[in-house]
Amino acid sequence: MLEVRNLHASVDSREILKGVDLKVNAGEIHAIMGPNGSGKSTLAQVLAGHPAYTVTEGSILYQGRDLLDMEPEERAQAGVFLAFQYPVAIRGITNGYFLRAAVNAVRASQGLSGLDPLDFLDVLQEKLKAIGWDDSFLSRPVNDGFSGGEKKRNEILQMAVLQPTLAILDETDSGLDIDALRTVAEAVSKLRTPGNATVLVTHYQRLLNYIVPDLVHVLVDGRIARSGGKDLALELEARGYDWIRPEVAAA
Amino acid sequence: MTSTSIEAQVLQPYKYGFVTDIESDLAPAGLNEGTIRLISEKKGEPQWMLEWRLKAFRQWAKMTEPRWANVKYEPIDYQAIHYYAAPKPKKALSGLDEVDPKVLETFEKLGIPVSEQKRLAGVAVDAVFDSVSVATTFKETLSEAGVIFLPVSEAIREHPDLVRRWLGSVVPHNDNFFAALNSAVFTDGSFAYIPKGVRCPLELSTYFRINAQSTGQFERTLIIAEEGASVNYLEGCSAPMRDENQLHAAVVELVALDNATIRYSTIQNWYPGDEHGRGGIYNFVTKRGKCLGRNSKISWTQVETGSAITWKYPGCILQGDNSVGEFYSVAVTSRRQQADTGTKMIHIGKNTKSTIVSKGISAARGQNTYRGLVKIMKGADGARNYSQCDSMLIGDQCGAHTFPYIDVRNSTAIMEHEASTSKIGEDQIFYLRQRGLKAEDAVSMIVAGFCKEVFRELPMEFAVEAQNLLSISLEGSVG
Repeated sequence: MLEVRNLHASVDSREILKGVDLKVNAGEIHAIMGPNGSGKSTLAQVLAGHPAYTVTEGSILYQGRDLLDMEPEERAQAGVFLAFQYPVAIRGITNGYFLRAAVNAVRASQGLSGLDPLDFLDVLQEKLKAIGWDDSFLSRPVNDGFSGGEKKRNEILQMAVLQPTLAILDETDSGLDIDALRTVAEAVSKLRTPGNATVLVTHYQRLLNYIVPDLVHVLVDGRIARSGGKDLALELEARGYDWIRPEVAAA
Repeated sequence: MTSTSIEAQVLQPYKYGFVTDIESDLAPAGLNEGTIRLISEKKGEPQWMLEWRLKAFRQWAKMTEPRWANVKYEPIDYQAIHYYAAPKPKKALSGLDEVDPKVLETFEKLGIPVSEQKRLAGVAVDAVFDSVSVATTFKETLSEAGVIFLPVSEAIREHPDLVRRWLGSVVPHNDNFFAALNSAVFTDGSFAYIPKGVRCPLELSTYFRINAQSTGQFERTLIIAEEGASVNYLEGCSAPMRDENQLHAAVVELVALDNATIRYSTIQNWYPGDEHGRGGIYNFVTKRGKCLGRNSKISWTQVETGSAITWKYPGCILQGDNSVGEFYSVAVTSRRQQADTGTKMIHIGKNTKSTIVSKGISAARGQNTYRGLVKIMKGADGARNYSQCDSMLIGDQCGAHTFPYIDVRNSTAIMEHEASTSKIGEDQIFYLRQRGLKAEDAVSMIVAGFCKEVFRELPMEFAVEAQNLLSISLEGSVG
C-alpha cells in the first residue's frame, strides 16, 4: 500500500530525513519509535504533505500513485489520514460542522453527493459512542478550549468518521491518561480492517500494549536503524535507544 | 502556501464592476454656491433647506481635510468632481414604468428587487442610482402601518417639519469636514420614520449604486424611531470599476426615542481598486446614532469588503438612561485597500451599556486599522463597555493596527477590553486540507469562524451574502 524509498526531507534547508525506507502492506500496523529529534514527526508530516517540508530525494508510492505529486487534500481524499500531534483550534467553527465539511469534501472527490446535517448526525452517533463522547462535543468549536486529551480524542473521532485507508497517528498517546489511552487504543483497533493500514508514531511502548504492531521500526538520525517484531519495542523500553546508535554510525 | 506563493496569487475580479451606458443629467464639475443652488433647485427644495446647505458649505470652505487617519492617498481635487448626476429623464418619477429600463436592469443585475413582483420577502427597497432615488417599494404597505419610507429629497418636500426637526440633530452640519461637505451637497438617500409603538412590518433597505464617471455620491440617510418603535434597516452598495478614484461621503443619522430600537446593517462593497491600487472608491462616511430616549437601543452591524479607502466610525450617543449601543464589524482589506474604521460610544445617561466587536482581516497588501473611542461622561453612573478587537493577517505584506481610545470620567464605569492578532497559519490551513478541504475552502472556513460573532448579528439574507462576499474578496489570497 505504501512504499517509501530513500526519502530525504528538509525544513528550512536543514535535512531531517536522510534516507528512509519503509514498506507498509494492507492490514498491517507499524510502529515507528525513536529518540527525540530523530525525524518521526517529520516523516508523518511529509507523508501528509505539509508544505513546510521539502523532499529533496527519494519517492513515496501510495496505492501505486506518486504521493509526492499529490496536494495535501488529494492525499486526504485518497484515504491518507494524519492524527496530529498538536491539533490546531479553529475558532467559531463547530466540530459537527467541520466533520461534515471534511466528509463531504471527501465524498465530493469521489463524485458522491454531500450528506445533509441530519443524515450525518446518524453516522456520527455511533462514532461518538466509541470514544465515549456525547453530542455536546459537536457544538463546541474545533479544538478551541479543548484539553490535550480531548484534542487527541477528537483526532480519533475524525479518523473514525473519515475511515482512512492509511492512518498515521503522530504521538496520539502522549498527554493521555491511562483510561483515555485505552479508549483511544480500542477505537483504533476497532477501525482495523484487512484493507487498511496504520502507522503509529510513538515514544512509549505502553500504547503498543493495546495496539499490537506487526512491525516496529526505530528511527535514529533520519534513518530507520532497526526493524523488528513487537518484542523490539519491549527491548527499547528496557534498554533505551543508545545501544542502537552505534549501528547507525557503522552503517 | 509560503508567503511568496501567497504573494503570487491573483485576486478574484470585482463582480459588480460593470458600467450602465446611460445618459446622465450631469451638473458641471466644481463646487461653489452656484452648485449648491443648482442641486437645491433640481430637487425642488424649500428655502430653509437651501439655507442649511449654504451654511454648511460656508463652514466647509473654512475647514481642512482631516489627515489623522492611518491611510495614504493623493489630495482630492474637490473642484474636479461632479456633485450631481441623474439618469435622464429628469422629470419627477411617479412609477416604475417611467424609470429608464437600463437603470432597472442595473439593479436586477445586482440582485436588487426594485419591482414589487420580484420582491424579496419582507424587505422594502429604496434604490439610489448616482444622485437620485429611482424606486422605493412597498410605500403603501408601510404607510398603512404609519411608517414613512421615502427618498430624503421627497421627504424634504412632503414632511418638512419632521426633516427640519431631526436633520443635523445627530451629525451637525459642521461636525467634520466630510459631514459638512455632505450637508452642503447631499443629493439623495433614505428617510424613515417609525411612529410611536410601531414595529416596522418590513425590513427597510437602501441600495446605493454609483455609475457616472467623475462623480461623487453624497447620500444622506435619516431614520427616526419614535417611542417604543423598532426597525431593521439594511444598506448595500457597489460601483463600476474605474481607474479614477471616486468620492463617497455619506452621512447617516439615527434617532431612537424612549424604548425604541434601531438595527442598522451595512454590506459595503464599493469598488476596491485593482491590485496595483488604481481606482476604487474613497468611502469617507459619518454615521451616528443618538439613543435619545430611555431604554433605547441602536445597533450597527457592518461588513466592509469594498472601497480603496474607508474612513468611518459608526457610533452611538447614549443619552437616555439605560440605553444600549452596539457595534459589530467585519472589515476586510485586500489588494491595496486601506481601512481606518471603528466606532465611538459616548456614554451620557446612567446605566448605559455598549458593546464593540470588531474583526479586521488583512490580506495581500491591505492595511486595516481599528480606531475606537469609548467615552464615559461624568453623569454616566454605572456605565459599562465591552470591547473586543480581533485582527487576522493573511500573508506577510499586509498590516493590522489598533487604536483604542478610552476616556472615563466616572469612577463607577466598568470597562472591558480584549484584543487579539492572529496570523492565518499555514498549520491551520494544512490541518483542514489534511481533512480533505481545498485550500480556499479552508481559508473561507477559518475566516467565517473568525467573523462568526458579527455574522450572527446580521439578518438572515445578509449573513449569507456577507459570507459569500468574504470568500470572494479573499479568494486567491492564500494558495
